[in-house]
Amino acid sequence: MDGHQKENAGVAFVPDRRYIEVNTLQVRFEDVTMTYGDKKVLEQIDFTFPAHSLVSVLGPSGCGKSTTLMLISGLMFPTEGRIFFGDREVTKLDAVKRKVGMVFQNYALYPHLSVLDNIMFPLKMAKVPKNKRRERALELANLVQIEDHIDKKPKQLSGGQQQRVAIARALAKEPSILLMDEPLSNLDARLRLEMREEIRRIQQETNITTVFVTHDQEEALSLSDQVMVLEDGAIQQMSTPRDLYERPDNLFVASFLGKPAINTLAFDPNGRIRRMMNIPQPYAGQIETVGIRPECIIATDHTQDALFRGEVTHIERIGRGVSAKVRLDGAEMLVTGLPAAVEEGQTINLTADDGDLLYFDQFGRSVRWSESGSSVGSAGA
Amino acid sequence: MIQNPTLKSTMKAWLYILPMMLIIFTFNLYPIVKSFAMSFYTDYNFYDDVVHAYGLGNFATILQDSDFYLAIKNTFVFVLGVVPISIALSLGIALLLNQIKFLSGFFRTVYFLPFVTSTVAISLVWNWLYHRNYGLMNYFLGLFGIEPVLWITDPDYSMLALVIMAVWKGLGFNIILFLVGLNNINETYYKAAKVDGASGIRRFWNITLPLLGPTVFLVSVLGVINSFKVFDEVYALFQAKPGPAKSTLTIVYYLYEKFYTEYQYGIAAAAGVVLFVIIFAVTLIQFAYNRKFVHY
Repeated sequence: MDGHQKENAGVAFVPDRRYIEVNTLQVRFEDVTMTYGDKKVLEQIDFTFPAHSLVSVLGPSGCGKSTTLMLISGLMFPTEGRIFFGDREVTKLDAVKRKVGMVFQNYALYPHLSVLDNIMFPLKMAKVPKNKRRERALELANLVQIEDHIDKKPKQLSGGQQQRVAIARALAKEPSILLMDEPLSNLDARLRLEMREEIRRIQQETNITTVFVTHDQEEALSLSDQVMVLEDGAIQQMSTPRDLYERPDNLFVASFLGKPAINTLAFDPNGRIRRMMNIPQPYAGQIETVGIRPECIIATDHTQDALFRGEVTHIERIGRGVSAKVRLDGAEMLVTGLPAAVEEGQTINLTADDGDLLYFDQFGRSVRWSESGSSVGSAGA
Repeated sequence: MIQNPTLKSTMKAWLYILPMMLIIFTFNLYPIVKSFAMSFYTDYNFYDDVVHAYGLGNFATILQDSDFYLAIKNTFVFVLGVVPISIALSLGIALLLNQIKFLSGFFRTVYFLPFVTSTVAISLVWNWLYHRNYGLMNYFLGLFGIEPVLWITDPDYSMLALVIMAVWKGLGFNIILFLVGLNNINETYYKAAKVDGASGIRRFWNITLPLLGPTVFLVSVLGVINSFKVFDEVYALFQAKPGPAKSTLTIVYYLYEKFYTEYQYGIAAAAGVVLFVIIFAVTLIQFAYNRKFVHY
């Protein structure tokens, strides 16, 4: 480092990208299968996480997301398939040699070392000279804003501070990839929000390829450039958070994302939806299920506009909005954002915009078409 | 269930404690006080339990006794020989046992057996192993072309023989403690260290050993205290003699001789007090070291 850092010492920290942003790489899995005994945890997984992006791996517990992270880190090896960092195959390299940075769920800070020594540890292992180590560690302590606590022991820090140290330690050896295993799950709600933004900030400042494992959809959707949804050892969908929410590839993704969960109704080929919505003929036959998000449903006064008509069985008033359960013929639907005047026992008419209805076939795959009538859905053809 | 102490509940608590207190008082506290007092009896009739004179004469006597200095020297040699070797060896074995799943319970039992076996039986077996003509030790040395060693009868080797046996005997207990300590180290530290680029050896020096600090401390304190009190191994291995030419005369052996063969109760008690002071001082030093270097 030259004088660059010293000039900035008193002012806000400006990350030196030349130093941090070395060789950040894409991560690619080719037909990766992972089995424990008879149990297949991952089956024929194929994906590419683009360099410089923050990708979340999202899924319910036991879906294989932590295994995916372990495979990237080299703490586990795939039963079959190949793993690449950039163009280099790393399948057989163990964690000691892969040189990724990792933030563990419980931080795993070395309890016998001070904050600074913790951050310097990977550098010590890489045999970086002592003064260089210290310089680099201080720089990272600044980046994660822990510079006031560098002489403390981990147990003297709060959860959020430990988290920051863990991130600094993971970044210390200039890894090509940063892995985070549910890093926010041990924090309380307020800190979680704060650290979420911090992780985003640090990722953007360092521009390092980051893989973030979580079971919390809100975290995944708010943080990431891309989200990969895993379930049952298979990739359900990988796309931007917005596409994931608005254009789910299948029923699992549609119902996994969204709080409250999406309403699903059996599709009646002769029903109002079929008559009122613009569904091109060849697709209508495939549709088995209709999904509609509670917040997309609108109350209407006109019976002729109504897609649904039913009795309000239960209401909850949260602030200005009202969320209600509405009983339809043989189904129940949750509706949020109704006008405050709605009362229990009342019969109301509900409708939704054409584009807000999601259609799924008998296998739960999305049925989609473009305006021109050609298929775009994952199961279209 | 947490109640404020009342007179009744306090009395009840004492009642529960009473039986153990009686035993501790009779067999621990009273003898300690008595032996401290006895070390100041300069003129004492054991049979009448009448003390005719008190004084510091007993301490003056032992501090002028070259045998006593020899005993102190031998005891220190024994402690410095046994404790470090025992710690290193048992840590090594514990690390290996921790690696294997197969038969690890069996090996644990095998290593623990010497600890629960009578010292006399062990000493007799080792006496055989050390036999100049038929012993296994000399047989192995002979395989390497080394002349038979007079383990039991040569003053130059008797202390070595004693140390080897004591290390072997204490191994099992230390291994168990180290295994517990190793199990208490969270697996994620090792994962983190691997990701941080630490190879196996460096994980041992940077993670295992520092995090095992409390266990090493415990094992060393117990080992030091136990080794300072060494007596029965000497008595049994050298058949009621303090080794050839007093080469394994230890402080407790000195004390024993003064008490049971020379009937110099005051002098024996004074030796006991000196041993107490030595152990106390060494333990204090260990605690000070612990506070400075061992992290919990």
